[in-house]
Amino acid sequence: MSHLAIGPNWPARFALAGLSLAALVVAIALAVTVGEMPIPLAVAFRALGNGLFDLGYPVSAIQQGVIFEYRLSRALMAALCGGALALSGAILQALLRNPLAEPYILGVSAGASTGAVCVMILGLGGATLGLSGGAFLGSVAALVLVGLLAAGAGGASDRVILAGVAGSQLFNAATATIVTTMASAEQARGVMFWLLGNFGGVRWSDLAVAAPVALLGFLVCMVHAKALDAFAFGADAAASLGIPVARVRLVLLATTALLTATMVAIVGTVGFVGLVIPHAARFLVGPGHARLLPACLIIGAVFMILADVLSRILVPQQILPIGIVTALVGAPAFAFILYRARRPA
Amino acid sequence: MTLATHDVRWGAGGKLIVDGVTLEVEPNRVLGLIGPNGSGKSSLLRLLCRLRKVASGVVTLDGEDIAGVGRRDLARRLAFVEQQATTEIALTVCDVVRLGRTPHRAAFAAWSAEDEHAVDAALERVGLSERHDQLWHTLSGGERQRVHIARALAQAPRELILDEPTNHLDIQHQLSILRLVRRLGVTCIVALHDLNLASLFCDRIGVLAAGRLVAAGAPEEVLTPALIRDVFGVEVAIRAGANGRRQIDYLVDHEPGEPL
Repeated sequence: MSHLAIGPNWPARFALAGLSLAALVVAIALAVTVGEMPIPLAVAFRALGNGLFDLGYPVSAIQQGVIFEYRLSRALMAALCGGALALSGAILQALLRNPLAEPYILGVSAGASTGAVCVMILGLGGATLGLSGGAFLGSVAALVLVGLLAAGAGGASDRVILAGVAGSQLFNAATATIVTTMASAEQARGVMFWLLGNFGGVRWSDLAVAAPVALLGFLVCMVHAKALDAFAFGADAAASLGIPVARVRLVLLATTALLTATMVAIVGTVGFVGLVIPHAARFLVGPGHARLLPACLIIGAVFMILADVLSRILVPQQILPIGIVTALVGAPAFAFILYRARRPA
Repeated sequence: MTLATHDVRWGAGGKLIVDGVTLEVEPNRVLGLIGPNGSGKSSLLRLLCRLRKVASGVVTLDGEDIAGVGRRDLARRLAFVEQQATTEIALTVCDVVRLGRTPHRAAFAAWSAEDEHAVDAALERVGLSERHDQLWHTLSGGERQRVHIARALAQAPRELILDEPTNHLDIQHQLSILRLVRRLGVTCIVALHDLNLASLFCDRIGVLAAGRLVAAGAPEEVLTPALIRDVFGVEVAIRAGANGRRQIDYLVDHEPGEPL
């Protein structure tokens, strides 16, 4: 027997981490320079220096504002949102053992919308609950409902998707009912824009909420990476490998609910990212979750930043809701995965 | 000492499925569990490895109640092979066997030489060393079951529990899986459908009917025409087989209870 320790390959890991960070930086650089008002990269760096360290470079107030208050915060929020949704998708696909599982398809996003609309328009919970709190309660309600429906339908992993479809419809109907009957015309337009996903209103204070949640969620998921691997052959197989199945499920489902709810509360519902990114990441780094989860975070972040840039430049003089851009990419990918999942019996 | 149950009961949906089973497993021997469909074999196996909690009674491991043993400690001692467990994920053979090291590794522990050795040794024992990097989906049913057994062996268990490992396999692979199980040299508890295979490969046999253990002992003591008629509702004749074990012949032209 060899006594060589088969530890992690650190040089390769550092190279990968460096490469991912570089991709992220390039995407952010693209996001802050491209738009209605093109801004040279050098100016963007100066604006960044001014905003972060108060360096006092000569940058016009308009450019300074566009870069620092508008585009940078927006790009960082897109990164967090993409990373968090991709992570949630990877977790749900592993726990539910279904390649089509993700927050949007399982109705978690729809539940979060209903919760957020309840707070926004009905004023439920007042100031104490807040938009994020309402979205979280809504997403938990959706997860519980979909879980009960799926268990009632026999608990097989394909039932989960059907239950998710039913749950999505129900919560979307509830949201639409509240918006059409209770909201003023102006509120309704705002809500509809928000429901399709929109990074427009993002402020640094939103990032102060989203960044810790995303980081915490990522750490919780990473602690459970090995447990997620053990779910490959189902819950009983995981339990017989020493995984505390009930606790792991509870912790991770709550984590996905929290991640999804936080992002929905800030940017609205963005579909398909949670579905497509984990599959792309699996294709690149394999199925082991210790590598898959960081890959989802990075690829999701880069994808979402680029999708946001597209949403700003696709139609001149107009900003498309981000959900439309992700759906344009995601729907064909969903069809492709569905087609691939069709295996001869 | 090894696994034992004492008056164990378990039910689901208001129906009692395992009804007061008291059973002791002999170390390093193969115990077969036989019984008709729905007699509680699978449920009893799941109680033995604590995948389900007993409603009453106790399951003991070396005399200690397993309800008080940590799940991870239990997984280092006991391994379980389900029938027909499969996955949607594109795993290779060695990915699957590596899962067996899960209870031996801390949360962020690197993959060690000891882990690698356990995986290689397990694949060697089931005769699939060459399939190390092959994709799980491309394996035949018999090979998949062998990989599951290798995964279980990588757990380094002293007790191995198998739920109908020969289900849906052709006769050649049924025999080769059971020959493998027999040669492992660990304590095995295996649910089986085929009475002749049970007679051929088991040191002891427990017979379940409607959740109760109706007989237990050496195959030649347990497998009698009277018992098989009572439990399975078929007429058989039993003779000495070519292997030196009891051979069961099904008498298809006789209705149960009719004189031969």
